[in-house]
Amino acid sequence: MIIDDKKVEDLAHLARLEFSDNQKQSIKSDLVRIIEFCDKLNEVNTEGVEPLIYLSDQKNILRQDISKPGLSKLEVLKNAPSADSDYFKVPKVITK
Amino acid sequence: MVSKKYNSLAHIQSDIQKGVISCTELAEYYIGKGKENEHLNAFLEVFSDEAREKASIIDTKIKNGTAGRLAGMFLAIKDNICYTGHKVSGSSKIIENYEAVYTATALQRLLDEDVIVIGRCNCDEFAMGASNENSAFGHVKNAADESKVPGGSSGGSAVAVQADLCLAALGSDTGGSIRQPASFTGTYGMKTTYGRISRNGLLAYASSFDQIGPLAGSVEDAALLVEIMAGKDENDATSSNEVVQEFTADSTKKYKVAYSKEAMESEGLADDVKARYLELIDKLRADGHTVEEQSFPYLDYMVPCYYVLTTAEASSNLSRYSGMLYGTRSSNAHDIESTFKKSRSEGFGEEVKRRIMAGTFVLSADSYDAYYSKAQKVRRVIKEESDKILAEYDFFLSPTTPSTAFEIGGDKSKDPIQMYLADIFTVQAPLAGLPAISVPTKESNGLSIGMHFMAKAFEENKLFNISKIVSNYAF
Repeated sequence: MIIDDKKVEDLAHLARLEFSDNQKQSIKSDLVRIIEFCDKLNEVNTEGVEPLIYLSDQKNILRQDISKPGLSKLEVLKNAPSADSDYFKVPKVITK
Repeated sequence: MVSKKYNSLAHIQSDIQKGVISCTELAEYYIGKGKENEHLNAFLEVFSDEAREKASIIDTKIKNGTAGRLAGMFLAIKDNICYTGHKVSGSSKIIENYEAVYTATALQRLLDEDVIVIGRCNCDEFAMGASNENSAFGHVKNAADESKVPGGSSGGSAVAVQADLCLAALGSDTGGSIRQPASFTGTYGMKTTYGRISRNGLLAYASSFDQIGPLAGSVEDAALLVEIMAGKDENDATSSNEVVQEFTADSTKKYKVAYSKEAMESEGLADDVKARYLELIDKLRADGHTVEEQSFPYLDYMVPCYYVLTTAEASSNLSRYSGMLYGTRSSNAHDIESTFKKSRSEGFGEEVKRRIMAGTFVLSADSYDAYYSKAQKVRRVIKEESDKILAEYDFFLSPTTPSTAFEIGGDKSKDPIQMYLADIFTVQAPLAGLPAISVPTKESNGLSIGMHFMAKAFEENKLFNISKIVSNYAF
């Protein structure tokens, strides 16, 4: 796997992050080293092994579907960077 | 008057009963200690007024005989555990002023038993680190030697207990974030079985690994905290139904212990740690336990497996910090996309961005099978092999860390891979979902050495019992 400037830019966009040119170089070399380090996993034979996704053995634990109040609007909006009394305010999403 | 360091709640409660001290006096004692030790940077905030008020309420409850089981315990909490009406920032700038609107289930259960929260503790940003140097609010110093790190990510919690700024603390453990700082500060630190303690109200880092857990000066206090926090929570679907039992010590038990051949032979193992490891094996044998060498040939794969999976989960979990619903929104943005990008880039620290990038890489379409899926398979191999050893033995024993506390700003701090390897002995338990504890032993050059026991799922009490047994050994 080649990690070049283009790859770093693509990943940064996917992660919604921005890097200066200097930071980009340092992230690139860190990523190369981390990926090399993780390539070691290829030495483990996992032929026929299923991925481990859930750590718990518990399955299908059901409960009654009873509605109950969650957080109030006031609580939900309390930490908003921008809001009016009812809604979060965000930058314009749809442009003409 | 409080004139000495207390290491256990039982002593505190007995002195309160005798009228030697009160909760109100304890509150003043810990607040004073906190002020004296501000330079350690263990606390981001001390809830002084509130602690005083609650202490007075609990003194009254004690007089009336209505106090809960934790009356007299002053607890510090890691800055990633929600407590209604209090800030919780994950030691990150991006939610620096976020105020919790609900309390974590684990903490609520302790509050219901009259614990008093004395403050919130510094940690590595969003619990990512092994030295507490990644906090947006400065590093934490090890109270035993201020040029050394306290370990991480629950470094502030560990130092708060070490320096007598509280009786016990909550941390969270993903790859070693409770046990490694416990080892560096001479405290007991446990990571419970995955699902044992609810994660509701814990800022998520890697959800298939994270567990809240205790750091304490005694086995009994750690056990009491686990017992009260543990158990099913309807707000965490991964929390377990498994029955929770009270811990009672039994010093007559004889156990079968496997010690790790690979840990013993590992290149990075410091001489003093290795010597202590051998000494503990001898002492266990002399005490009548069976101790045998066992090979676990996956040591070199554990940290890579851990990093692929946790960075993937982190990159997904941390997508919520977008400057939209809470936290800091960049003032330099002009549209929705630049709001996301600038808020995140300005708000997150270097290590967090590095891990989000690595996680985004392993989850991207052309790397998913080669890295993410591969690591999930390796995780199953590690879990099954760990279970196999523990089917035959009560415990798997290794040192908690390859060395004692290392230098602040030293070589490890400059090299992410070297820092990741600080977790080499602790990542096995969370990879396999198993419980493990770090037990302090005598210092070497003034720095504590922790020994690490891992047990079968839900055998926390067995871990507390062996810890109690080891705590009586003279090294």
